[in-house]
Amino acid sequence: MSLRSDLGRVRGLGSAKDGTAHWWAQRVTAVALIPLSIWFIYSAVTLVGIDRAGFKEWLNAPGSILLMSLFVIALFHHMQLGLQVVVEDYVHTERNKIVLLVLNKLTAVFLAVSSIIALIKVAFGG
Amino acid sequence: MSTGNRPLSPHLQIYKLQITSVLSILHRMTGVGLAVGALMLVYWLNAAAYGPEAFERAQSFLAHWFGRLLLFGWTWALFFHLCNGIRHMFWDAGLGLELPQVRATGWFVYIASIVLTFLAWAAGYGMLGGS
Repeated sequence: MSLRSDLGRVRGLGSAKDGTAHWWAQRVTAVALIPLSIWFIYSAVTLVGIDRAGFKEWLNAPGSILLMSLFVIALFHHMQLGLQVVVEDYVHTERNKIVLLVLNKLTAVFLAVSSIIALIKVAFGG
Repeated sequence: MSTGNRPLSPHLQIYKLQITSVLSILHRMTGVGLAVGALMLVYWLNAAAYGPEAFERAQSFLAHWFGRLLLFGWTWALFFHLCNGIRHMFWDAGLGLELPQVRATGWFVYIASIVLTFLAWAAGYGMLGGS
């Protein structure tokens, strides 16, 4: 049974041509986020009410800046992939959809890089 | 135009809500909510980078009742998305796809996310010494 309608065949619109890459990336980032997000929640609980000096001390402890960096990279990659599907599902005006998809990608990269620079500043700055 | 024998979507206004569909849409809603929470994380990290006063402002906002309410919501959203995401991975592996199992794991995820949220907040209030 073909699931394609006559109209679909006439318009010639087929798959998005990118196969399973998106699906796989979402799963791989999800796998990374299982231990990273558990570690993040644990860390956030230990940091409740902390001042900046205490935060800096925590960030300079072994593993903290590495795991925080990995967490924000996996987080924003996963966020970009998820929000992309939300836009694709609900925004049906082609121009708006493309604008939102581009903004989504650029914003995700901006937020990830901004977070990592902030982490470096706190850890190595004054 | 023949549309063939294509599957139809449920008619949402008259379709009884079930644990399966509720958890499915909650997975998406918590995902979008966590994206907003990620913005707070970026603000919080950048406040720390900017200096002690900026970090103090960020911390006092989060300690305010409204900030705590947001954090509580994000804690539950994260635990829910995490637990339900693991449930999705079992499905991807071809496990737990029978309807009774889907319902049972759904309820398990729902209850686990609430229990884990309260455990994390009990630990958080423990850090504050009960204040």
